[in-house]
Amino acid sequence: MDIIVCVKQVPGTSHVEVDPVTGVLKRDGAAGKLNPYDLFALETAFRLKERIGQARVRTLSMGPGQAVSSLLETLYMGADEAYLLSDRVFAGADVQATSYALKCGVEKLGKFDLILCGKQTTDGDTAQVGPELAEQLGIEHASNVLSVDEICEDSVTVTMNLDQVIQTQRMKLPCLLTIEKDACTPRLPSFRRKFATKEDAVTVFTAADVPDLDLSRCGLKGSPTQVERIFPPEKGGGREMHEGDGEQLADELYGILRSGKFL
Amino acid sequence: MYKKVDENDVAFFRSVLEEERVLSGDRIAEEYSHDELDGVRRLPDVLLKVRSTEEISAVMAYADEKKLPVVVRGSGTGLVGAAVALEGGVMLETLGMNRILELDEENLTVTVEPGVLLMDLAAFAEEHDFLYPPDPGEKSATIGGNISTNAGGMRAVKYGVTRDYVRGLTVVLPDGSVEKLGGKIVKNSTGYSLLNLMIGSEGTLGVITEAILKLVPLPKITESLLVPFRSVREGIRAVPEIIRSKASLTAIEFFERETVLFAEEYLGKRFPDTRYPAYLLLTVDGNDRNVVDREMTSVASLCMEKGAADAYLVDTEERKDAVWKARGAFLEAIKASAAEMDECDVVVPRSRVAEFVEYTHALAEETGLRIPSFGHAGDGNLHVYLCRDGLSEEEWEKRMETAFRKMYARAAELNGQVSGEHGIGYAKKRYMREVCGEKQVELMRGIKKVFDPNGILNPGKLF
Repeated sequence: MDIIVCVKQVPGTSHVEVDPVTGVLKRDGAAGKLNPYDLFALETAFRLKERIGQARVRTLSMGPGQAVSSLLETLYMGADEAYLLSDRVFAGADVQATSYALKCGVEKLGKFDLILCGKQTTDGDTAQVGPELAEQLGIEHASNVLSVDEICEDSVTVTMNLDQVIQTQRMKLPCLLTIEKDACTPRLPSFRRKFATKEDAVTVFTAADVPDLDLSRCGLKGSPTQVERIFPPEKGGGREMHEGDGEQLADELYGILRSGKFL
Repeated sequence: MYKKVDENDVAFFRSVLEEERVLSGDRIAEEYSHDELDGVRRLPDVLLKVRSTEEISAVMAYADEKKLPVVVRGSGTGLVGAAVALEGGVMLETLGMNRILELDEENLTVTVEPGVLLMDLAAFAEEHDFLYPPDPGEKSATIGGNISTNAGGMRAVKYGVTRDYVRGLTVVLPDGSVEKLGGKIVKNSTGYSLLNLMIGSEGTLGVITEAILKLVPLPKITESLLVPFRSVREGIRAVPEIIRSKASLTAIEFFERETVLFAEEYLGKRFPDTRYPAYLLLTVDGNDRNVVDREMTSVASLCMEKGAADAYLVDTEERKDAVWKARGAFLEAIKASAAEMDECDVVVPRSRVAEFVEYTHALAEETGLRIPSFGHAGDGNLHVYLCRDGLSEEEWEKRMETAFRKMYARAAELNGQVSGEHGIGYAKKRYMREVCGEKQVELMRGIKKVFDPNGILNPGKLF
């Protein structure tokens, strides 16, 4: 079985400041790290490989040259091969252009059975690249996947965390899944694997390596999204007060726990 | 011997503190009768929620004159009963004295009241790009309590313990007089160090009302390695080798899989790896990316040479959270796993840690007790827990007594001490006497007499 995990390098700290005047993210000097949401997709892939026995896990990213370090990290965690699409023509891509580039990358990798993505990224935060990639590839997808319950040659059964309900469904392979946060505890990068990995182990593709690439669909040029302004969200207190007698409060608490799917 | 608190005394306290800060009788909550480990219980007769040095001074002068016993309490997170009012009397609770008074960036000090919580001080320091290095597992303890037990924690390997970060103290003595010991000074050769006598005195010599603490610049990078071993023996035996390699580590923590599984259960969260019987958790800090990377790589390869199955990188906030949250919950997790438990906080020379851990394993077999342990392997301080599980009260007491005696005797043979950081309090008195000997205990009694001739401060503790 061939599994591809799409990953992204994001700023290394969760305290990225936004310049209040220009609205640009202040990234100076901040080292990159693997998007934390992608770690759950990676772990899901590694566990599937352990479960199935015969499987190959390849990781794919689009980004600047320094993203190689994050792809190396996927190798230290357990990926078999890692690929980076890196070229100036991909720069400034929105959801649509990113998905197109990743689609070309996936096609370049050849045959696959399953694509896994993180649910969203900590910087872009749209949660749309995974589903959009599936659309561009013309395959089925499921979002917010909590668990892969069953996998066989031509289908996969997954449980999804949807708004109101938790839903289990069976899907035809090949398909794409975006994995929910905390679906599992991701393993840590291994120094044993690191010591056995060559520094140039990541294969880098430029635009020239991708056959039939439509440049008008890449990067800023291929991005219909116009970013007008970026601003940090207002910080909320995140606290609710309920008043009443014990009986009434217990009922309300039950309702809250129920709607949060804790019960 | 002590006077019992009566209405007149309560009336006096109400003349010093506002009424709602003077609690007596049924108004004192049950939690004030014990500490975290709950080994001994007694409620004070009156609980005073103090707010200032002046109030404490007035209360102490009065108590000394009337011979009322006085116990100081912070968050009550102690483990040896040091903050339990064994004789009833007056309890001073310092949680209301929780102001951070001054950050002095020229002298690299922070001045705090004793009721400031360790976690709040740590966060305050970090916000200002400083590190307050002492890092005991219990972050909700007060700084006053940390100073009173000379708390240690995870970073002791590189940074030392609380004592190394106390520059000055304001102290109210039992007769109500107020003394300033030390100050914002780096050096001090001025007579006996009364400052150092106060540190670790467990509330028996005076009441700390203000502390000047030393800070260090915050290292820009802190990363850890989680190192799995195929046997407990291999894991713990690797520690002296790591120390010998002169690696500059901030922390060297040791724990066993069983403890990790308890923490998973307790936190409801999976640990990144539980496939191996033993783990070391090592931390490197620094300001230069390349230096930290080099250090991490060389320690990782050394560990693998010494038999480690692997070495896992713990670098990002999420990864640190997954690993260190669990480490911070070990004590609570073991406590939740046992019907009753008691602990032993011995410290031995680091080169003997392996021997001591192996001894506790043999002792578990010999006594039939479950004895999980974890600890600060890098500084020789181990936390060993005796768990009651299904044993009858009588059998539990008997086996615990045997196990404690043997462990402390073994620690003494290895040139260790009774307590690395939790203190002696009430629970470990006789073991201190056995290990330190009568002569040293007599000297301690003499010091106590000079500070507190009427013996009103924290009676029944230490000796």
